[in-house]
Amino acid sequence: MKTRGFVPWLYILPASILILFFLVYPTVRTLWLSCLDHRSVHPVGIDNYRFVFASETTRVAVRNNLLWMIVFPVLTVSLGLVLAVLADKVTYERAFKAVIFLPMAISFVGAGVIWRFVYAFRPIEVSQVGLLNALVVACGGQPQDWLSKAPWVNNLCLIFIGVWIWTGFCMTVFSAAYKGLPAEIMEAARMDGAGGWQLFWQITLPLLRPTIGVVTITMAVFALKVFDIIYVTTNGLFDTEVLANRMYKEMFLYNNMGRASAIATLLLVASVLILGVNMFRQPTKEG
Amino acid sequence: MKKLLAFLLLVALLTPSLVACAPAAVAPTAAPTAEPAQQSAPTEPPQPATEAPAAQQGAQIEILGPWGGLEQDALLKVIAPFEKEKGIQVNYTGTRDVSLVLSRARAGNPPDFYISPLPAVTWELAKDNRLVALDSFMDMDKVKAAYAPDWLGLGSVDNHLYGIFGPVTIKSIVWYNPKQFAARGYKVPQTWNEMLALTDQIAKDGTTPWSIAMGSGDATGWVGTDWIEDIMLRTVGPQEYDKWVNHEFPWTDPRVKKAWEMFGQIALNKDYVFGGTQGELSVDFGDGADAVYSNPPHACLHRQALFMYDFVRKHFPDLKPGEDVDFFMVPPIDPQFGNPAEAAGEMLIMFRDTPANRDFINYWASADAQKLIVQYFGRLSSNSQVPAEVYNDPLLKKGAELLTKANAVRFDASDLMPSAIGAGAFWKGVVDYVNGKDLDTVLKAVEEASVDAYKQ
Repeated sequence: MKTRGFVPWLYILPASILILFFLVYPTVRTLWLSCLDHRSVHPVGIDNYRFVFASETTRVAVRNNLLWMIVFPVLTVSLGLVLAVLADKVTYERAFKAVIFLPMAISFVGAGVIWRFVYAFRPIEVSQVGLLNALVVACGGQPQDWLSKAPWVNNLCLIFIGVWIWTGFCMTVFSAAYKGLPAEIMEAARMDGAGGWQLFWQITLPLLRPTIGVVTITMAVFALKVFDIIYVTTNGLFDTEVLANRMYKEMFLYNNMGRASAIATLLLVASVLILGVNMFRQPTKEG
Repeated sequence: MKKLLAFLLLVALLTPSLVACAPAAVAPTAAPTAEPAQQSAPTEPPQPATEAPAAQQGAQIEILGPWGGLEQDALLKVIAPFEKEKGIQVNYTGTRDVSLVLSRARAGNPPDFYISPLPAVTWELAKDNRLVALDSFMDMDKVKAAYAPDWLGLGSVDNHLYGIFGPVTIKSIVWYNPKQFAARGYKVPQTWNEMLALTDQIAKDGTTPWSIAMGSGDATGWVGTDWIEDIMLRTVGPQEYDKWVNHEFPWTDPRVKKAWEMFGQIALNKDYVFGGTQGELSVDFGDGADAVYSNPPHACLHRQALFMYDFVRKHFPDLKPGEDVDFFMVPPIDPQFGNPAEAAGEMLIMFRDTPANRDFINYWASADAQKLIVQYFGRLSSNSQVPAEVYNDPLLKKGAELLTKANAVRFDASDLMPSAIGAGAFWKGVVDYVNGKDLDTVLKAVEEASVDAYKQ
């Protein structure tokens, strides 16, 4: 049912204008700014991109973003999936899920502040204010400054904050998908003698694959853009820098529009690539 | 389920655009300010340097500055007598956002005044011809009689004066507990080596000598840079210090390296610093003196600016200044440079030349206004005509004396460097160094960033 003429164009016009103004224009402008100097006056060619790829700080930021993009989706998706399937079997499912979902209701900045307290360090001579170190000391250990232990401990500690926030979201999506799975297939599998474990691996997981794919991609994109958590906790010190935080610094602290735009472009390209992978992976079967 | 997936994809698709939006978004914020401002009348034609006509009643002055809260209240109290006398209304807006001021200035719509926390910002604006040269109308003999050359120099570019300081603070001081010193037989060190010997003595007596609290949220690192600046000032002297600030010799210079090592001699020694390097990096600077004044004390010495007094008084209201709480100046290292003071403060700079604005900056520079600044801010004044009696607290008085008697006064170097260094690579370098990174690597990184930042 193809309608020719300008009527369909008329329908998409408002949306197109909005997209043009809020998506296309800023993107093109960012690209343009990324080729200008720090005050957006003189063109500098690819100098800003050279900085993005060659400077020590941004290299560390790229490394950390990659770490985030691997560890964060793996943890959120696997924990979310397991919790969704387990929650289905408990009596107080709603209450259980509500508790897991709760961190989602807290702003990222709030979560960052909360976890800064959890990880807080005080010398052993004075009483601990951080939950984690209080536990460590109670068990007879030495308090640790978790956020200064580069590069593994502190980055994983920070990623865990993200996991704490987002696992509930993943769980909720998986739970909805899980409940939508056709009961007949499950039943048939059970009749054929499949145990709980087999059921999960052979039936549930393959059926949930499209959902898992989308959620994983979404989480990876979030990991790429992580900012608030880093900004509030370490501000990129101790080798925990990420690209979005560096972009913020270049723009608002160092007043270098060119570099900030170059980093923004890099983030945009990376996000588009990830989303592109998803598009190709899933042939559209609309109907 | 399909709908949910579609929604998720939509979310994922739209969100990266936020990233792309961000930098571009700055331009629109600058754009509206380009429109002529409604509240401030167009700049009057520059008045002849002689006899400016009296400001009109009902004129308005717009001031932007970095202060909010208690500091804003203090500023308003300082301004109040001026408003009353002249019938001029002063509107103050506090913002931490320096870039707002820069972009308004570039767009041709600056406020009347800005209280600049960073001399580097003043210089940049002056070089761009955005500021009014104060020597074009102020009585410079009077100004020079009241303000020391060092302070005027910080507000000057190419021999023209652009800024007059408000509240200032002295940074090169070490806090200690006189009663505890007396009880243990410690003496206030007169040289750096004596201070190191004292440090060692305290450690042998079973207390950690130093509390170095560097935690400061997104600004962590500045406490360490202050240490290194103090050492530089005492090892290479004020002239070379200025060259260092201007990046006329590299960070990899042996003199710079030596200053870092002297800092490291204390800061990297687990037995010298409360909580070791971990405590040093994570304890918030506001809690830095707690270890010295707590009962029992966990440390005996704490190097931090005079503003620490506010925290000490808040945390330990019962301590008596001069008896339980006191400070001494960071002692000299190379005798030829004596005892220079590192200081910091905010200066008033003027964008528009109007009679009302001239009146205001003359008021600001006067001993009367500077007295009020001391009273309401509880800090020091760079105006030497402010009488000592104004400092109603013995420690504030002592701070003011140390500042005036100092062999030289130099501003916090990191505040003078480009922000990518002074609020970036330098902070990061200090943190990395304390956290165990190799000094040569650290200095190389700061140098690389500097080569890049000073180019601009």
